[in-house]
Amino acid sequence: MGEPIPLLFDDPPFRLSGIVYGTLLNQRESLNRLGDAVNQPPYKAAPKAPVLYMKPRNTLARDGDWIPMPDQVDALQLGATLGLVIGRPASRVATADALSHVAGVVLMADLRVPHDSFYRPSVRHIARDRSCVLGPRIVPLDQAGDPDQASLVVEVDGRFRQAASMSDMMRPSAVLLADVTEFMTLLPGDVLMLGLCADMPALHRGQRFQICAERIGQLQGAIA
Amino acid sequence: MKTARVAYAGAIHSATPHPSGLRLTDGRVVAEEAVVWLPPFEVGTIIALGLNYADHVKELSKELTVTAKDEPLVFLKGPGTLVGHRGQTRRPKDATFMHYECELAVVIGKPAKEVKATEAMAHVAGYTVCNDYAIRDYLENWYRPNLRVKNRDTCTVMGPWFVDAADIPDPHALPLRTLVNGEVTQRGTTANMINDIPTLIEYLSSFMTLLPGDVILTGTPDGVVNVNEGDEVVCEIEGIGALRNTIVGDAVFGR
Repeated sequence: MGEPIPLLFDDPPFRLSGIVYGTLLNQRESLNRLGDAVNQPPYKAAPKAPVLYMKPRNTLARDGDWIPMPDQVDALQLGATLGLVIGRPASRVATADALSHVAGVVLMADLRVPHDSFYRPSVRHIARDRSCVLGPRIVPLDQAGDPDQASLVVEVDGRFRQAASMSDMMRPSAVLLADVTEFMTLLPGDVLMLGLCADMPALHRGQRFQICAERIGQLQGAIA
Repeated sequence: MKTARVAYAGAIHSATPHPSGLRLTDGRVVAEEAVVWLPPFEVGTIIALGLNYADHVKELSKELTVTAKDEPLVFLKGPGTLVGHRGQTRRPKDATFMHYECELAVVIGKPAKEVKATEAMAHVAGYTVCNDYAIRDYLENWYRPNLRVKNRDTCTVMGPWFVDAADIPDPHALPLRTLVNGEVTQRGTTANMINDIPTLIEYLSSFMTLLPGDVILTGTPDGVVNVNEGDEVVCEIEGIGALRNTIVGDAVFGR
């Protein structure tokens, strides 16, 4: 039947629901990299609504876990970001009080099979078992500070690889929450990722990664 | 066996069909209208298929920029979108094309990891009906179908019954149809799925472990039409159930 995989996280004082939404092309630089391609087929226009995707429950993994490398894949992209953990039901929230719906933040590593197209990427690239590592704990906002000023330092095998800043987002966390909850309610324990940054490091078999942020902590993992 | 999950008299119950409506597990018999119908099982990951009926592919061909498919077209949905039988679905004021999609929903009963098609049906617990609404006005070409089209509150209707797999000898031979205000607008059969259930389970379980309660929405045939505020939409699959719901406007939500 295969090895057991973690279903739910119960990190006091906040219980995660297991529902995780990701955001893409929120960082200005990540959209700029596409250049005029955003106006060409198949996209034909820059995104209007937030570009969202799901990391289903089979993808959830904890700090320190070994992540299986999929067969026939040479490398995974390491998408380091901050997750907003919802603290009270958020439906049609106003930007001004959006963050009052957030219990805290958590460091996240979204491990993706590299793919170039943003048009209709296969879920096969996104929803691999244990490809969403989060932790080590949920840090309340009053300790973590402003999520939009957080800067994540990403290392692979102990070497600096990326500074993933949350300060270059077209939709800062409050605006993102307002735009997302305009059509979908988020519930306590749900997680909304702020966005992935350009220049995601590649991870190969046997490599270890670490994501650190001041006042938030450090998240580690490794590729089996 | 068919079971429902309903709210009645201050608690959530499991219920079975009864000539007068439903029979709750504690013996009470109640009318269909007297309960609040919930999705009929604890829903895990919602995995939906796009373009899994050949006729629906043809119907949407004008807007498709990619036609060659070498693998099933899969997208994921969150549980926040769910409502039960006899529920309400919101149609925003600015929508011009909002349509239902009557789909056979396949519920996983035991974990499935790297399961071959020949073994796949042993992982199916049962079936229900899903109406997977879309609002095409919000379609964008980024991570299609984007969540604003397909993951909206109240836009995934599921029920009324969870039907044990053992009661459905051939899930690939079920007539399905949709009625809007009593008029048939969509007709098809699950025999016309491009990727059948074993194929989908083999494909999905090759890269993601399917868990009990996960549900595969197997796509819809052609015949999707716009629905408006006040419309009553019934999605029927023979032997599985008739799933009823009502389209409501923004005013109901204070918008």
